Amino acid sequence: MGNVPSAVKHCLSYQQLLREHLWIGDSVAGALDPAQEPFQLSGLPEYVKIVEVGPRDGLQNEKVIVPTDIKIEFINQLSQTGLSVIEVTSFVSSKWIPQVAAGATEVSVFGAASESFSKKNINCSIEESMEKFEEVVKSARHMNIPARGYVSCALGCPYEGNITPQKVTEVSKRLYGMGCYEISLGDTIGVGTPGSMKKILESVMKEIPPRALAVHCHDTYGQALANILTALQMGINVVDSAVSGLGGCPYAKGASGNVATEDLIYMLNGLGLNTGVNLYKVMEAGDFICKAVNKTTNSKVAQASFSA
Amino acid sequence: MATARKVPLRRLVGLASLRAVSTSSVGTFPKRVKIVEVGPRDGLQNEKNIIPTPTKIKLIDMLSETGLPVIEVTSFVSPKWVPQMADHAEVLKGIQKFPGINYPVLTPNLRAFQAAVTKKMYSMGCYEVSLGDTIGVGTPGLMKAMLSAVMQEVPVAALAVHCHDTYGQALANTLMALQMGVSVVDSSVAGLGGCPFAQGASGNLATEDLVYMLAGMGIDTGVNFQKLLEAGAFICQALNRKTSSRVAQATCKL
Repeated sequence: MGNVPSAVKHCLSYQQLLREHLWIGDSVAGALDPAQEPFQLSGLPEYVKIVEVGPRDGLQNEKVIVPTDIKIEFINQLSQTGLSVIEVTSFVSSKWIPQVAAGATEVSVFGAASESFSKKNINCSIEESMEKFEEVVKSARHMNIPARGYVSCALGCPYEGNITPQKVTEVSKRLYGMGCYEISLGDTIGVGTPGSMKKILESVMKEIPPRALAVHCHDTYGQALANILTALQMGINVVDSAVSGLGGCPYAKGASGNVATEDLIYMLNGLGLNTGVNLYKVMEAGDFICKAVNKTTNSKVAQASFSA
Repeated sequence: MATARKVPLRRLVGLASLRAVSTSSVGTFPKRVKIVEVGPRDGLQNEKNIIPTPTKIKLIDMLSETGLPVIEVTSFVSPKWVPQMADHAEVLKGIQKFPGINYPVLTPNLRAFQAAVTKKMYSMGCYEVSLGDTIGVGTPGLMKAMLSAVMQEVPVAALAVHCHDTYGQALANTLMALQMGVSVVDSSVAGLGGCPFAQGASGNLATEDLVYMLAGMGIDTGVNFQKLLEAGAFICQALNRKTSSRVAQATCKL
């Protein structure tokens, strides 16, 4: 604390820090060093699937337009980390499905739990959007392409404020019913707290099994990891995040947006949860993209680990 | 030095470093949480710029208006080690002391603590022991394990947690502590104070972000959020630095 003698400052070598506190060890990507492996926690899922949305959700919300070759290099680096899902898709209407089928392995549709948000964001009511999504999801499934459904404003809306758990459940159930294999509940403006997270999950989980649910928490008010912890404790085991916390918040100027994948993995590793992801490689990908878009990382782990 | 005070120098901060991890559960939460605002001490201490005494006094006075029940104002240390706290006597003399608010002063001890030492501190008369994740490396599992061990020796009502946000884990760790029954949390307005062990890293948990979470969970803190934001804006301007509070970043108009 304060100006400490240099002996104390160097007490943790960088290598020691990586081994002990980032649980990286010398082992293969994602595996924990057996000597340091924390015990399994009961009440939490054994394995957590991280859905990396940096290349899509993250870059979409960055001011700087990223050249295609940088995007490709970025995604390639992420592919080396052990991440099993890296989102690179964009909005499609059903007529584009054949082209999508040529390259993509999955598509996503974006619903909202708020009428105002739906109208402002995609120019149609929730009901109208559901009819369109049904077409997309049907066509995709016809070609054996899985479809993932997103519910925006699940914990609050920039226009309407509070959103009822009933509304979130209704929209989620609709998307699940039309064939989406997974529903990602999004705290679009990051206003949720563990209390509201628990409320909507309790409601949604009455209609949709936890294994078909994911959480997409924004860190606009610093609540993301606390909200994710709450979701994990309730049995959710799929979490969306973006490397370096890419992507600000279009509704709160200057605010942060996505939760940083590095910080998420740090927490999951510490909890003894398996992710299959190599934190150090994710940090390298994050360092690469931040340099490419000329911005400082939003990941605290990255800030602490790379010297300023 | 300070005049003899009814409330003694009682808050000691240490590093608990238990590594075993035990089970987790969703418990009930305390109805009320006492926030211990450490910005003027822990926060400023870790800021590069030396703040003039009148600015420190103004910050503390602004924080006194927010409803925060405990504000850690300074520490009695040699100015050689912590120049930012060299004016501890003048600060103590200059601040307005509101009735009902505690203004503790830190007597730092850099030793690492385990449950037995925490017990010792408690037995020697400390009314409260604050368990510090000094370099912010903790995660919720570790927090739970550490607290489980400590709570076997010291009642939970006498425990506080002091989480650093160096790896972004502070709020999640604090949430876990609350689930275990801890109802006293240390935090620093605007997340003041970097981490002297990790260049460029953040330090304290931001009080604004903590209050935001607690309010969202229906937990009473007695804190006026607007006034807290104003105090944070004030000190950031004085320090010529950006706030480390996400809430403040989201609510300020750039």
